[in-house]
Amino acid sequence: MKIQSLEDLRAISRKTGKAIYHPDAVKVNIGMASCGLAAGAQATHDRAKAEFGNDTGIMICQTGCLGFCEQEPLVEIMAPGKPRVIYKNITEDKIADAVNDYRSGAFEKKKWILGQMKNPVGITETDVSDPQAGLTPLEDVPVLEEIPFYGKQVKIALRNCGYINPDAIEEYIARGGYQALMKALKEMKPAAIIDEVKTSGLRGRGGGGFPAGTKWATCAKHHGTRSIICNADEGDPGAYMDRSILEGDPHSVIEGMLIAGVAIGSSRGFIYVRNEYPLAVKRLVTAIKQAESLGLLGDNIAGTDFCFHIKISTGAGAFVCGESTALMASLEGKVGRPRAKYVHTVEKGFRDNPTNLNNVETYANVPPIVLKGGAWYAGMGTADSKGTKVFSLCGKINNTGLVEVPMGVSLRDIVFELGGGVPKKKRFKAVQTGGPSGGCIPEAYLDLPVDFQRLAEVGSIMGSGGMIVMDQDTCMVDVARYFLDFLKEESCGQCNPCREGIKQMLGILTDICAGKGKDGDIELLEELGTMVQGFSLCGLGTAAPNPVMTTIRYFRDEYEAHIRDRKCPAGVCKALFHYEIDPEACTGCGVCAKKCPQDAIAGEKKKPHLLDPDKCIKCGICYDACKFDAIAIR
Amino acid sequence: MSEAHAVRPDSDEASLAEAVDFVELDTLIDDEFSKDKENLIMMLQAIQRRYNYLPKPALTYLAAKIGIPYSKIYEVATFYSTFSLAPRGRNIISLCLGTACHVRGAERIRERLHDILHIDDGQTTDDKRFTLESVRCIGCCSLGPVMKINEDMHGRIATDEVDKVLGHYE
Ligand SMILES: Cc1cc2nc3c(=O)[nH]c(=O)nc-3n(C[C@H](O)[C@H](O)[C@H](O)COP(=O)(O)O)c2cc1C
Ligand code: SF4
Ligand code: FES
Repeated sequence: MKIQSLEDLRAISRKTGKAIYHPDAVKVNIGMASCGLAAGAQATHDRAKAEFGNDTGIMICQTGCLGFCEQEPLVEIMAPGKPRVIYKNITEDKIADAVNDYRSGAFEKKKWILGQMKNPVGITETDVSDPQAGLTPLEDVPVLEEIPFYGKQVKIALRNCGYINPDAIEEYIARGGYQALMKALKEMKPAAIIDEVKTSGLRGRGGGGFPAGTKWATCAKHHGTRSIICNADEGDPGAYMDRSILEGDPHSVIEGMLIAGVAIGSSRGFIYVRNEYPLAVKRLVTAIKQAESLGLLGDNIAGTDFCFHIKISTGAGAFVCGESTALMASLEGKVGRPRAKYVHTVEKGFRDNPTNLNNVETYANVPPIVLKGGAWYAGMGTADSKGTKVFSLCGKINNTGLVEVPMGVSLRDIVFELGGGVPKKKRFKAVQTGGPSGGCIPEAYLDLPVDFQRLAEVGSIMGSGGMIVMDQDTCMVDVARYFLDFLKEESCGQCNPCREGIKQMLGILTDICAGKGKDGDIELLEELGTMVQGFSLCGLGTAAPNPVMTTIRYFRDEYEAHIRDRKCPAGVCKALFHYEIDPEACTGCGVCAKKCPQDAIAGEKKKPHLLDPDKCIKCGICYDACKFDAIAIR
Repeated sequence: MSEAHAVRPDSDEASLAEAVDFVELDTLIDDEFSKDKENLIMMLQAIQRRYNYLPKPALTYLAAKIGIPYSKIYEVATFYSTFSLAPRGRNIISLCLGTACHVRGAERIRERLHDILHIDDGQTTDDKRFTLESVRCIGCCSLGPVMKINEDMHGRIATDEVDKVLGHYE
């Protein structure tokens, strides 16, 4: 069947809507994005199939990531007449019990339940009444939308992740998918689409924050064979929202690209996916085939004369290829070296023709904007940053996962309320945003409302939305050294300030971490940093000193402790600390002695133990293992 | 970008040439990638999937077939970090050294791997059992520190578990 009209979409929607909201049987949705799979979701799925595969009363299905990665594998179970319940940490040994717990209606596994879903309806569903209406909520079971992790979230880019089977285009359509494309194709002029995106205030989610509408408008003005490119290189370590969207809702990105194609006047699209995301590629391939078979991609889409084809290319492990000009070179099969942008890529980009490049999350935001209007989107957020942003919380934080919140929510809310704070009662030290191009923000700025402008004011950037929380055990000098080491490896090497400057800065930082720091090193770092910032060719170089500059700005005392006192207060830089056993705190439980790979710890049971510094290699196994904080960093 | 990918002096190219199936390679270039130069990176990926590294005879053949100089192919193969010009071990350890894993102790895992296997990033054990390749984030930061061996993901690994995990691979 080829879809020709909104009515065709609605027909699919009606048919599939029943399956996703009112299944005839018990439906078990297993979260099978990479994070779920890494936590064992495949085994959970296989076991569920083995246990219940022949039971016609139970359907075993897959879905994307609901965001709460900390609690994976997540399994949602629903049945007619009952609320939808999300079970957490359902490894294969627990799946049968979880299903039986739900089916019997006992709900005795309270500790396994994350919550019951109040309202599963997505933001693009215009004609769906509340599928949960008339159901009595379960007693003593938290409501999913009210637990702190989900409390402040507004899901636009993530609207379908975890709610649909990413391999079924019908389910995407059932949640209002492709209606925006139909509207753009049949009811709107290209200029009106661009105006809507401009009105929305949507800024690029890939890092730079350039207004998407303006980029589209300029690209549309230039003549040539225009291309639409989706940047799915997601090189910022610690950011994985693009992966989650591609794995959980690939059609949202395809639809966004299609709309860009209509608006800009382009018939070819490219998605550049990083090599580390094989599952995203697989889901995209399936999605593209399905969209083609329904006539939503390919020639004469929905009976109009608009044609659009998408090709997927994969990267091969080069961070710099996330930069737009490098990405285009890589798409052409060449090495990914950035070029100077005297001529912008919207005029001469891929194959020397006008090119519009946006990030995955940027495209995923487009269909709701077209459907509900730019003003609706602009109604959320702050003066300078509209709408919502997805953040990935990781590092030393209790609730690692993906959250989507309106711009302007404070860092404190994100880290402490949604994120649940720092584990093991450790002290919060900083949150790193913007990846290798960003900075470390200390506790004093936790009340900062997060938007493009405010993050820049404190020396960091929004970047792609990775937030890495650091605690008392993180050494800020080591973090700065870590990022420069990363950037030294990833610099393409064609311009001097970046290639040589980063290397020199790294050398100084490595010395400081090794206890060979000198007076004047900090000032030298600042001077070099200013030079690298000012004279590098592409964003990799110009932003490279940010992690160093912000850590010097906010954690100068740590640098000084390394240089003057030859101490690493966090106990990371091996040359600058040693472990000791605090005899007051040690209970003599013997766990450390058993775990030490060097046999460096000895002592009698129930008596304080002793650590032999000559044997100790500072691997930290004892420090992590001790439940009594008796291993001290000196 | 990193020195680790240089061809090893001990690799015996004559014997490797025999191992490359040129007919199969030909079909791959023609059918899957329609001989298009723009697909070079993906062709190299396919060759590496097939042989576990990029054998030089396959690359010179590819150069002639799609009409780009071997030097260009060499440039691409050495620029991107996932390509290896030297044979790799039977098991590939992809240790994540991304930021989230770093702050959760990935460096200690790297040291532990070094203590056990005596290899650094990009190197292969003498018995060809393991190759260590660091990666920067595989998108499973919530489970950090993460180590992928072949296709198996090992999340939240502790330093003292490394030994046991390696034991599963021959
Ligand atoms: C070194 C470097 C790496 C980058 N990596 C990415 C990336 O992985 N993903 C991404 O979307 N943008 C990345 N960018 C930003 C892109 O150059 C570009 O600005 C962005 O993809 C444009 O899309 P947007 O306007 O929708 O954000 C990177 C930029 C630089 C300088
Ligand atoms: S700044 Fe660095 S990465 Fe960018 S072009 Fe120059 S050398 Fe290459
Ligand atoms: S930082 Fe290791 S998986 Fe992301």
